[in-house]
Amino acid sequence: MLFASYEFIGFVLVLFALYYLVPKRCQWPLLLIASYVFYFLANPWYLVFITVTSLTVYGCGLWMGKIAATQKEYLSKNKENLSKEDKKTYKNQMKQKKWRVLLLGLLFNLGILAVIKYTNFTIYNINSLLHIFGSKARIGFIDILMPMGISFYTFQALSYLIDTYRGTVEPEKNVFKFALFVSFFPQLVQGPISRFGDLSKTLYSKHKFDGKNVAFGFQRILYGYFKKLVVADRMLIAVKAIIAAPENYQGAYVFVGMIFYALELYADFTGGIDITIGIAQVLGIEVTENFRRPFFSKNIKEYWNRWHITMGTWFTEYIFYPISVCKPMLKFSKFSRKHFGDVIGKRMPVYLASFVVWFATGIWHGASWNFIVWGLGNFVVIMISQELEPLYRKFHNRFHVDGHTSYKAFCVIRTFLLMSALRTFDCYRDVPLTFRMFGTIFTNWNWHILWDGSLLSLGLSLYDYIILAVCVVILTSVSLAGRTGSVREKLLKKPYPVRFVIFYGLLVCIIIFGAYGIGFDASQFIYNQF
Amino acid sequence: MEELLSILEELHPEVDFETETGLVTNGIIDSFDIVTIISEIGDRFDVVVSAEYITPENFDSAETIYDMIQRIEEEE
Repeated sequence: MLFASYEFIGFVLVLFALYYLVPKRCQWPLLLIASYVFYFLANPWYLVFITVTSLTVYGCGLWMGKIAATQKEYLSKNKENLSKEDKKTYKNQMKQKKWRVLLLGLLFNLGILAVIKYTNFTIYNINSLLHIFGSKARIGFIDILMPMGISFYTFQALSYLIDTYRGTVEPEKNVFKFALFVSFFPQLVQGPISRFGDLSKTLYSKHKFDGKNVAFGFQRILYGYFKKLVVADRMLIAVKAIIAAPENYQGAYVFVGMIFYALELYADFTGGIDITIGIAQVLGIEVTENFRRPFFSKNIKEYWNRWHITMGTWFTEYIFYPISVCKPMLKFSKFSRKHFGDVIGKRMPVYLASFVVWFATGIWHGASWNFIVWGLGNFVVIMISQELEPLYRKFHNRFHVDGHTSYKAFCVIRTFLLMSALRTFDCYRDVPLTFRMFGTIFTNWNWHILWDGSLLSLGLSLYDYIILAVCVVILTSVSLAGRTGSVREKLLKKPYPVRFVIFYGLLVCIIIFGAYGIGFDASQFIYNQF
Repeated sequence: MEELLSILEELHPEVDFETETGLVTNGIIDSFDIVTIISEIGDRFDVVVSAEYITPENFDSAETIYDMIQRIEEEE
């Protein structure tokens, strides 16, 4: 059941009605049933995977909670009898026990993810090596069922596991409540990757019908569908045409494809998240925001703090920090300082941990080399900009450009182009081809295609391009208006006719200009496949 | 505390660390800075700050960082 389908719209409307009709204590169980029905309708076998993950993580969480409770009880009973050293030894023993349980939960669930997602990629690489070494032997690919959103729900469940180990969340005792946390259907397929401490605050509460909240939720859902159906799916047509015929579409076409893909991905992913957060808001549930106007970032580090925020936070908190501050890494840093000097030595932990994070980010997005190269491309650009920071500072001080609107605009455009360029790896899904096509932007000087009507060969009419131009203006204006607070709160202060025109206009826009009907096919959200 | 302030000032000379209380929440220091601070704390205070201590609450001001160091020292 696609988000952009009549079935899904019917499904959520029935759920909304039931949610406020059933007794309030039945609201969260109803959500659990709805989530499992949603997943069952996608494929009944998916339920096996999500149930196994939910049960194992739930079990490990309880186990660690029991160890922590035993520790607390023992220490309070023997407060007087134990020396400081004894307490320390005991605490370390208990920490080791918890660590073993954590490791068990992590390895089991990451193992499932790895087998499902990366078996065929491993076989592909082994076959490539066999070919390089002249062997004719080949291993056949295995047909493996990949549950929808497995990367998202696995990461969400594992964040709970690590937080329980760290003691930042209390283990959930009710297995059904925990199953809902893992499977909450609006965010199951493309995130955000919520933390238990955040989502549980409102997920299990009793919710009264709140007109304003419900209206705001519907408005956000509407805006999400506008982004997806009017913008993303329309741009997709041109992007697909350019990618499908690399021999025909080179030079400026690649540049157009690169910009269109960046905008398509933005409209697709943020649109999906708008629908997710909107549905949750109608239900009275707060889901963490995943974007903060990313295309207004002035550098790549800032961009990654504003794009797919929950994934970035996950990698930072659960991979970057543990690697960069672990004892072996600090020892290695000392060693590097001694042998390579202070400057390089101090950077070692950060650079090594960043490398691992970006490699993991790449492979998390998909089991293929284009995603790995894309991830490592981000790593290289971030490291270069980190190294060049003193130079930038000197430049800013010398020319007093920092704070100038035109310089800010330059930085924003530079960041957008850089990120869009890296995304072309995601576009062509073939590393050598991507390099070749990207190179043609500079070698194949055919910029006349921008105004001589050639772009009409990409499957979009002049009418489509006008719609897209207007939509980009709308998206930019809404983003700019959002800098100083909620746009919907601002609109609420406007007279009723103005609000009526805006929201019904948006609905009419989706119905009239949505990319569906003859020749169009409402496509799956891009992030569903991750 | 002075030792800690010198670590922080070496990293960001433009910030007044004695008064700033939103180092993480206001985006003044990022994850790279935090790792550098932890590495320096390890060297100068002989204290190991593990990943579970890295929270905005612990790193939002020089005072909260100092409190965290003392807490870890007590636990150790």
